[in-house]
Amino acid sequence: MTAQAVIVTDKVFSLKGGIHPDERKTLSNTTPIAEVPLPSVLVLPLTMHLGAPADPVVSVGSTVRKGDVLATAVGGISAAVHAPTSGRICAIEERVIAHESGLPAPCILLEADGEDDWRARYGLPNWREQPVDELIQRLRDCGVVGQGGAGFPTDVKYRNKHKPITTLLINAAECEPYITADDRLMREHADEVLQGAVIAKHLLGASTIRLGIEDNKPQALVAMREAAGHLGIDLRISVVPTKYPSGGERQLIQLVTGQEVPRGGLPSDLGIVCQNVGTLASIYRAVVFDEPLISRVTTVTGEAVDAPGNYEVRIGTPIETVLNQAGVHLKKADRVIMGGPMMGFAIPDITAPLMKTTNCLLVPTRKELPRPMPDNPCIRCGLCEQACPVNLLPQQLFWASKHRDLDAAELHSINDCIECGACAYVCPSRIPLVQYYRYAKGELRNEQEEQIKSERARARFEARQARLEKERLEKEARRKARAKAAAEARAAKAESGSGEPDAQDDAIKAAMARAKAKKAGATQNTAEPSREDLEKALELAATKVKKANERLLVAEQESPAMVPALRKALTKLEEKHATAQAALENAAHGEPTRTEVKKETDS
Amino acid sequence: MWIAVVTLLILAAVLGGLLGFASVRFRPEGNPIVDNIDDILPQTQCGQCGYPGCRPYAEAIANGDKINKCPPGGEATIQALADLLDVEPEPLDAEHGEEKGRTVAVIREDECIGCTKCIQACPVDAILGAAKQMHTVIESECTGCDLCVEPCPVDCIDMVPIEVTLRSWHWDKPEPGVSLIATDQPADRERAA
Repeated sequence: MTAQAVIVTDKVFSLKGGIHPDERKTLSNTTPIAEVPLPSVLVLPLTMHLGAPADPVVSVGSTVRKGDVLATAVGGISAAVHAPTSGRICAIEERVIAHESGLPAPCILLEADGEDDWRARYGLPNWREQPVDELIQRLRDCGVVGQGGAGFPTDVKYRNKHKPITTLLINAAECEPYITADDRLMREHADEVLQGAVIAKHLLGASTIRLGIEDNKPQALVAMREAAGHLGIDLRISVVPTKYPSGGERQLIQLVTGQEVPRGGLPSDLGIVCQNVGTLASIYRAVVFDEPLISRVTTVTGEAVDAPGNYEVRIGTPIETVLNQAGVHLKKADRVIMGGPMMGFAIPDITAPLMKTTNCLLVPTRKELPRPMPDNPCIRCGLCEQACPVNLLPQQLFWASKHRDLDAAELHSINDCIECGACAYVCPSRIPLVQYYRYAKGELRNEQEEQIKSERARARFEARQARLEKERLEKEARRKARAKAAAEARAAKAESGSGEPDAQDDAIKAAMARAKAKKAGATQNTAEPSREDLEKALELAATKVKKANERLLVAEQESPAMVPALRKALTKLEEKHATAQAALENAAHGEPTRTEVKKETDS
Repeated sequence: MWIAVVTLLILAAVLGGLLGFASVRFRPEGNPIVDNIDDILPQTQCGQCGYPGCRPYAEAIANGDKINKCPPGGEATIQALADLLDVEPEPLDAEHGEEKGRTVAVIREDECIGCTKCIQACPVDAILGAAKQMHTVIESECTGCDLCVEPCPVDCIDMVPIEVTLRSWHWDKPEPGVSLIATDQPADRERAA
């Protein structure tokens, strides 16, 4: 830190396409960042980031202090949610959030007590002495997400190290019109941003910090330069010309390095990690002061706003509260846009809360941003193709999307579209091209999901068919085995009875013999069972009586209602036992039976 | 001249032999057209086409059956089959049912008597339970085929439409704008037709 900082300005490469819309940045970037007072109730959605929703760890009625965890991250890509102030959890329920769909999402409602009482914090001013893994875990625990717009959980960028990272690129382009949150943050807190960048560089093991900034922010550039010199941080600066959408991650990398992030790849494939200035400030606060991401700088602007400017807002503050603070005339405007005029969307309900990704609330008058006029047919002028910054063919994509030809849309790489809206901006027929692409992308995603689902259903169906077939075959085999065993047993019996080899003859003879015996038995009126059989019967009867006795004992204790029935059964069994015993005694006294004689001769 | 004839004859014999060998050695297993058709069918295994599952229907189509008997697949499937087999697409045969949105079976669990009848009916083993134990549907595996509804003796299975969540939601197709060219206007086209 003692050495003189080396600050160089790099050459800037070119980016194809892009547009130059009216910037309107001076509307909001002349006043310092102001505070929005604490609302009485904060609404904290469980999904303010990309990835799995956070899992609530508080229950309704519990009291929390400022910075306490309300919901933890679940799985690999997720982010925790923290209490922006102290208070009581008054509900966990579905609320309308600021999302294009207007669908409700589960939220935690926190009733502020006005104390704004911090939890115990364990800042790490000497973070260089801590293991890197612990610092990355700190980012996850503090719920830090990318504040440029997508809300990608920041810790994931540092965990994924499949390629060595050489460069940390600070994204300070802020190319979208109207938005000045990053501009003001750099002007006022450049030291925080740069110290966050130093931490990020340390976590990545990168060697250089580069800054990509548009030339329409000279004061911010000066502030960053001064802070870097003052802190002794080496910085390579690329001042890119003002053009929309140079602030897109991939577009900025192309402008700064001249290299294109490969299709389907990540910036880390080029050894680069790109971070927005707001995110870097959050990293600094999370590591050094143990402050989770509970507030952010948001631009409130548009001609329907009395005091346009930037505001430090607690996450979860109802948008209505923020708008009232800035003095918005909702009568003059017919919509409130979250994000900028190019990529933002009209929010369905202004009671929805401000989220970690809300960089701008734009309230334009009807004259300023009129409702789109009905579109005309495509005249194939090709202006959209010239404006596309990612070298796609917007016209082809439009035809494919319009006719829901998803194969063609995929062929023309619709998923590489960054939805910047440059094509729709230049379209002389006012065709809402991006809406068509979003529709086609959604349909494509649904179709792919259906495909996966049907693939799984097919596998399960086939597995079931195979199982049923196997069961059937097993049953068949068992039946055959039984039939075979029975036939063999019959044959053996017949063989032992007659001694003749022919099985069929044997069977017939055996049957005839049985019939004869039966006749004889009928005339004699007494069956002559063997002694063994009788003994077996006796044994069986004895065990049955024993079991019945046991059952009766149990029943007497547990279910008296059953006792009479069981008694009756027992007496019957006892009778049977007695008869069996008598039969055996008779046999023992009488002559050996015929079968016994036969057996003796056989053996 | 004879040399040329002999050369060509030898070539023909050798190459013919090679082709003959290849056709035996590298014969594809099964009927690939059946696989292609099966890939297009929605795999709900509902049997509404009159065949016991999607694969048997695919085999039937390969043997010349009509392509418009699959209500879960609807028009999109018919169109894809028509493209694959190069035949005229036909409207869905109403005899086999109507095209509906995707649904999922849900058992009202306190009413379930544990008879296992629905388990036996489910073509994709998506119902979990045992005799005299409560059953439940594994939602992610249910194809919404309706086959478990009819066997239930206490009618405790509902087919519930799959709700749109924040994850599954996507933008609708934009409303078409003004059509300046006369032939583009749908009303005119209908009149012309």
